[in-house]
Amino acid sequence: MDTLVIHVLNSLLYASVLFLIAGGLSLIYGVMRIVNLAHGNLYAFGAYVSAWVIGTQVARLQAGGREPSIPLLLVLLPAGALAAAAVGALLEPTLLRPFYKRAEEYQLLVTFGLLMILDDVIRFLWGPYPLSASVLFENFGSVTIGESIYPTYNFLVIAVGGLAAAFLWAFIYKTRFGVVLRATSQDMRMSSALGVNVNRVYVQAFTLGCLMAGLGGAIIVPSQSAVLGMGVDALILSFIVVVVGGLGSLEGALLGALIVGFVREAGIRYFPEIELAVLYLIAAVVLLIRPAGLFGRA
Amino acid sequence: MSTVTTIALEHRSPLRTLGWAGPALVILLALPWVTEPYQTILLAYGLVMGIAALGFNLLLGYTGLLSFGHSAYFGVGAYSVAFMVKYLGVTSMELFLAGSVVACMIVTAVFGFACVRYTRIFFGILTMALSQVLWSLAFKFFWVTGGTDGLRVPTPTLLGFITGKGDKIAFLATAYYYYVLGVFVLCVAVMWVIVNSPFGRALQAIRDNEVRAEFVGIQIRQYRWVAFLVSGVFTGLAGALWVPLNGLTTPDIMHWTFSGEIVFMTVLGGFRSFTGPIVGAIVFNYLKTYAIGYTVYWQGLLGLVLVILVLSLPTGIVGMVERLWARWRAK
Repeated sequence: MDTLVIHVLNSLLYASVLFLIAGGLSLIYGVMRIVNLAHGNLYAFGAYVSAWVIGTQVARLQAGGREPSIPLLLVLLPAGALAAAAVGALLEPTLLRPFYKRAEEYQLLVTFGLLMILDDVIRFLWGPYPLSASVLFENFGSVTIGESIYPTYNFLVIAVGGLAAAFLWAFIYKTRFGVVLRATSQDMRMSSALGVNVNRVYVQAFTLGCLMAGLGGAIIVPSQSAVLGMGVDALILSFIVVVVGGLGSLEGALLGALIVGFVREAGIRYFPEIELAVLYLIAAVVLLIRPAGLFGRA
Repeated sequence: MSTVTTIALEHRSPLRTLGWAGPALVILLALPWVTEPYQTILLAYGLVMGIAALGFNLLLGYTGLLSFGHSAYFGVGAYSVAFMVKYLGVTSMELFLAGSVVACMIVTAVFGFACVRYTRIFFGILTMALSQVLWSLAFKFFWVTGGTDGLRVPTPTLLGFITGKGDKIAFLATAYYYYVLGVFVLCVAVMWVIVNSPFGRALQAIRDNEVRAEFVGIQIRQYRWVAFLVSGVFTGLAGALWVPLNGLTTPDIMHWTFSGEIVFMTVLGGFRSFTGPIVGAIVFNYLKTYAIGYTVYWQGLLGLVLVILVLSLPTGIVGMVERLWARWRAK
């Protein structure tokens, strides 16, 4: 029984982080019709920035002979999300804007180039070694579930994932900005004719998407170190999520993240050799049966 | 389909083509005598990638489908050679090529059947997802594929009598180089015939206007499927030629980022022309080799080149040279 609870919790943990990454990817596609291949790198960037900020803060305090306070570190944790958002706000107007009127191939290529550049920017800034912020993870301790021990920090990750989903839903369906965003997503020309500043909406949507990816990286980094290559891996997993759920749909990203989270957890337990292959096959099968995804619009 | 790009692919007579293809071939034939073995082997890599990009461009340049999963077919070609060595003890290069073509036909027939139902971004993602299935199998089934260690492939026997016993470098730089060159010329000739045949014209019609092509009576999905098949087999053949050169095959060549490299080299040369992908592959090969030797941040450097390329030179190297040539002649 308690192993089942732990498996469910692990699945939710995966799903939370995946939702943050894939939700951002999906939001950007939904509004701007761009598949950002560099999205995974923004997640990695968020993880690195948070690990670096927390690491330097802890080192500074320990040099002064003091123990780092947990509330302070928790306040510092979202630094990665903000940094990723800042990078996004910088990239959209400079690099992506010239490509909206050109064929999709070029958009994919330019974001692929961006992927290669950002990968090496991270390597340049933080070197080839993993960066960890495990202080936070360890300080949270663990709880016992039945006869097993489970880290308390993971509950925080699950909570952040759930809150992000709820917040995003409210943001998009209940605010004025959400209305403008959805209008632009449905018909860019028409909303432009009605006075919406499309360029501004695009910057905002892209920044929001990057913020989510960065937040995903920031909250996971205390429990897993930031390593090179984490961006590309995350991108592929979030591709599966958005393909299953439907490109451009946030509900779809949530459902897709849950499916991928549970299948991965079951896969690691029961069929570790073909765990990844099963995930890709699920994506391929969904594309074949419902090309627009479970929640997608054709 | 509101904005149809109508940049016609360069239409040249075979005679005019021979005008520049002839000298190029002479240079390629003479190279092993004038340069060091290292340069010749490097060029052999370039030619192999040229075949892969040529095959890839049948889909991108001629049919208008951007595949982000061609690493799968390159990998199928490479791994089928490695399997033939490991499980069947084959050493003949001709059997390697035949075996990898058959394996690639089976895989591309199945993958293609699924993929050609879609176009645009969904086609790209589906090809990528399917290629990742193969990658993860090669990665995880280490007792069959060697996992990340890969599978070693010894030097093969060419044409039944030329073996690489003794000096491997000399073998790769002369006999194997000429072998690759021979297959390369053959592939270019076959591809030239394909794109200038009624079939090739039909593909271009599909690319330019799907609806009209259908009205004319072209069975779009079938044509796309055949194009996918041919494209995959060319890329698989390149994979089979690549393995003896590299001596080792690892799952890296199945990963989607390698597909990205194939796209990169094709766009670098220019996907709107027949020669573009070949030029792009050879240039990319040099670019990557020297970038790796020059800095640890070679990947970022290549990314920068790609972004600048797409921003300022969308027609690639060949497109730019043609434009300069036309301007020079107009003077």
